[in-house]
This record gives sequence, structure tokens and C-alpha cells, in this order.
Amino acid sequence: MIDAENLTKKFGNLTAVEDLTFHVDEGEIFGFLGPNGAGKTTTVRMLCCLISKTSGTAKIADYEIGNDADSMKIRKIIGLVPDNVGLYDGLSAYDNLDFYGKLYDCTETQRKENIEKFLKMLGLWDKRDVSAGTFSKGMKQKLAIARALIHEPEILFLDEPTVNLDPESAKTVRDFILELKKEKKTIFLNTHNLDEAQRICDKIGILNTKLMAIGTPKELEGSIGGRKTVIQLDQVNDTILNALKKLSLGNITSDNNKLTIDLENPEKENWAIVNAIVGAGGHIQTVTVLGSTLEDAYLKLVRETK
Amino acid sequence: MRLRKSWIIAAKDLKVIIRKRTVLYTVVMLPLIISILFPVVIELSGQKSGGIPAAYLPVLLSAFAFFYVIIPAIIPTPIASYSIVGEKVEKSLEPLLATPITDGEILLGKSIAAFIPSIAATYAGAAIFMVLMDSLTYSKLGYLYYPNWGMGIILLLLAPLAATLSIEMNVIASSRVSDVRTASQLGALMFIPFVGIYVAGEIGIITLDTNTLLIIAAIMAALVLVLFYISTATFRREEILTKWK
Repeated sequence: MIDAENLTKKFGNLTAVEDLTFHVDEGEIFGFLGPNGAGKTTTVRMLCCLISKTSGTAKIADYEIGNDADSMKIRKIIGLVPDNVGLYDGLSAYDNLDFYGKLYDCTETQRKENIEKFLKMLGLWDKRDVSAGTFSKGMKQKLAIARALIHEPEILFLDEPTVNLDPESAKTVRDFILELKKEKKTIFLNTHNLDEAQRICDKIGILNTKLMAIGTPKELEGSIGGRKTVIQLDQVNDTILNALKKLSLGNITSDNNKLTIDLENPEKENWAIVNAIVGAGGHIQTVTVLGSTLEDAYLKLVRETK
Repeated sequence: MRLRKSWIIAAKDLKVIIRKRTVLYTVVMLPLIISILFPVVIELSGQKSGGIPAAYLPVLLSAFAFFYVIIPAIIPTPIASYSIVGEKVEKSLEPLLATPITDGEILLGKSIAAFIPSIAATYAGAAIFMVLMDSLTYSKLGYLYYPNWGMGIILLLLAPLAATLSIEMNVIASSRVSDVRTASQLGALMFIPFVGIYVAGEIGIITLDTNTLLIIAAIMAALVLVLFYISTATFRREEILTKWK
């Protein structure tokens, strides 16, 4: 659905985005993670045909960005929620959506149905005649999402949709994104909320001008290694340590009868460890696997580029 | 270019403008004041010596009429300068530019939204002006001075062209600057050439008769085309999105 190859954007001497190559499948939620200034918004703007690319190619549903004729077709099949929601404060929620529905050539019936559908889904139907300027941040964000969906786009670009929202509003937005996934919408989500990305994204790209890594949340977590098994025993003795050494494991440390063992694949290796300890007369109280998190992967990758 | 798309933008802008009372008052007040002020001047001038001589009245009335070219060059400024910069201030330009609409359609829509209230206010003011002037001067002239060909050319040709030129200047200014006040100040410069024409007419360099008005209209029409080209050429969405802070 979205294909980018060596996509690059330069502003004068400044390279905002360099050599991005990625693919987003239809119906997938693709999370774009990166620190401020990493080029997330620039990428979305290029993909939405708002700004030009410097080099490389990108296709949205087989339409090529940078091609004038295709740009108009791309804009018809995408919806954008920018980082600044940009509503018309002087217009009511209904009028804001109706205006965009008209721009997207929706029929009157289509507009009425979709406005009602999305405002009801996002809990704003009762506020339809209220000026958007009086809305809270969360309500504005929801209205901006409804606006981006008014023409039922195939692809939705969301630039930091939950930033500055209270936890309840953020959850509503996240749940709504998951609802959209059920409708087979392709969603491109810019965020620096790691927890959010981990919870709702099928695939994640970590960006810091260049694409540092791409994969499923699990793949990224596993990509930096560093997983550990922590075993609490009644008592650690030399017999147990010698038994473990025979297994050719990673680094083993012992502290307060707690063994911490570095492992590549704890799920495969833990049974042998447990057998060895029990065989050496040890009494196990607990076994815990500590994996590297998406946060670990993210921080490692971002720090590496500094 | 699809006029329907431009009209959607214009209708939305008109809705927003109607709710912005300060902008609306600015548009309405100037023609209203001038339309009442000039008849008052005619009524009060030389009252002790029997009023303005009948022979001089047509000269004065045709000079006053030219103000209905100057007015539509001034009053679109608050609306037109708000057009692009206002979208930027409300940060609504990015989602708008992401819709399937061309730059020309956006600019035309913004221009229509500034044109309609400006020209409506000018015409309303001119109607008040003509009725008051006729009622005040009929007894001296023995005929109704307005409407006449000169006023017809002013209202049907020059006023719409002046409003269009002013709007285009404002749109160009709005596309190049990032705050409403600067855009207004730059856009407001458009009325200066018209004041120059008025002064030239008053000091006798040109005569503001029907032929001169038609020549001015032709020059303005050519300028409208040139400025429309410039306004679409200077509207660079990428620059607006990436450089405006």
C-alpha cells in the first residue's frame, strides 16, 4: 500500500530524511518512531504530497508521489491528521466535517451519514453544533480524526495523534485506531510514545533521519539481544554454579542467592538451566525472564546515531 | 480549475468572516461613513452664502463618485489578508492542502470570499450616497445627477476591478508574510494608486470623464490578469508549510 525506496528530503544543506526504504501492507498499522526532529513529519508530508521529495521514490497504492497527476489521486485516497489539528475554531464540529466532505466530493447523503457515524463513534455527536474553538484538546483531536475519515480514505496518516491528551482520551483514540484496523484501513502512525506503538502497531520503523530499524515490535525487542533469566534460590552454592557452567551459557552473576544469566533465547534454554540447578540440589523459588523492551531497542538505536 | 471547489472554500470563509464581527464591521463602516459624510459636506458647505453653486456641483459629484473606486480597493484588505495568513494562524492550512484541491482553486475561493462582502458593501454605500446626493442636489440642478454613465462605469467596471486588484495584492502579501498585520499593511498599499488618480483628476492632470474611466478600467483589467498569475506563482505550499513558524 505504501512503498518507499531511498526516499530523501533535503532543505538546503540540511538533510531531514535520508534514504528511507520501507513497505507498509494494506490493513497494517505502521508506527514511525523517532525523537523530535527525526524527520517523521517531513516523511508524512512527502507521502501526503504536501512537500516535494529531493530524491528516491515512494508509491501510495501504486500512485507515485512527486507526479502531479498522481498527487491529486493520492490526496483522494488518504486522510491526514497533522500534529497541529488545524480546525476552524469559528465553525461547529458538524460544519468543519461538512466542509471537508464537500472538498472530497462526498455526496450530501454520504456526508450526513459519515459525519453522524464518526461523531458518534468518537463521542462527539452531542457537540455537533458547538464551535470547535470551545473544544478541549482531546475533543479537537477526535474531531480532526473524524475529519480525516470523512471521505473514507484507504490510508490514514496520523501525526502524533495522542500527544498532549489525557490518558482517557488517548485510550479512546487508540481504541478507535484499532477499530479502523478492523475495517482494513492502512494506518501510518507517527509517534514517540513507545508504549502506544508497541500496543497497536503491526510493524514499527525507528527513524532518526535514517531508518535505523524496521520490524514487528517483537522483532525489534529481540534485535538488540540482552535478555536475561533471573532465578531466585534458597541458597546458591558452588555445586549449582559448576553445573550451570557446564551448560555453556552467557554471563552468570550471583547476588543474594539470585542468579542472573544472560541468554539469547531463554524460552529454549531455561528448561536445561532449571534441570541443572535441581540436579545439583538447588531449591528454586522463582524463575523470571527479563527481555529487552522496545524502549531498550529504541534508545540503543537512537543513541548509536548521536 | 473547478469553480465548484473554489466556491466551497469561499462559502466556508464567508461563514467564518460573518462570525468575525471586527472584520465585518471594518468592511461595512468605511463605505457607510463616506456615503453619509459626502452628502453632509454638500449640505453644509457654503450654507451662509446659499450653498455650493449649481455649476460647480457636477464637478464635485463626479469627484466624489471616484471614491467608489477607492473604497473597494481598501475594504477587502482585512478579509483577504486574513485569508492565507489566517489559515496559517489557525494551523488549518496543512489539512486543507492535503485535500484534492489545487492552489488556484484555493486562491480563487479566498478571493471570492473577500470580493463578495467588499463589493456588496460598496454597492450598498453607493446606493445610499446616490439617493442622499440626488435628494440634496435636485432642487439646484433640476435633474437627478445619479445614476449616470460615469457612476455606471465606476460601479460596474472599476469598483469590481479595484476590489479584485486589492484582493490579489493581499493574497500575494499573505503568501509571503507570516502574520496578519504585516499582510494587511502590505495589502493596503493597493489603494495608493487610486488616490493618485483621484488627486490627478482634482488638480487637472487628467479628466475623470467616461473615456478616461474606460481607459483606467482596461489597464486595471490587464493588471488583474498579471496579478492573478503572480498570486498563483508566489503561493508555494512547501514554503508555507515548512518555513512559517
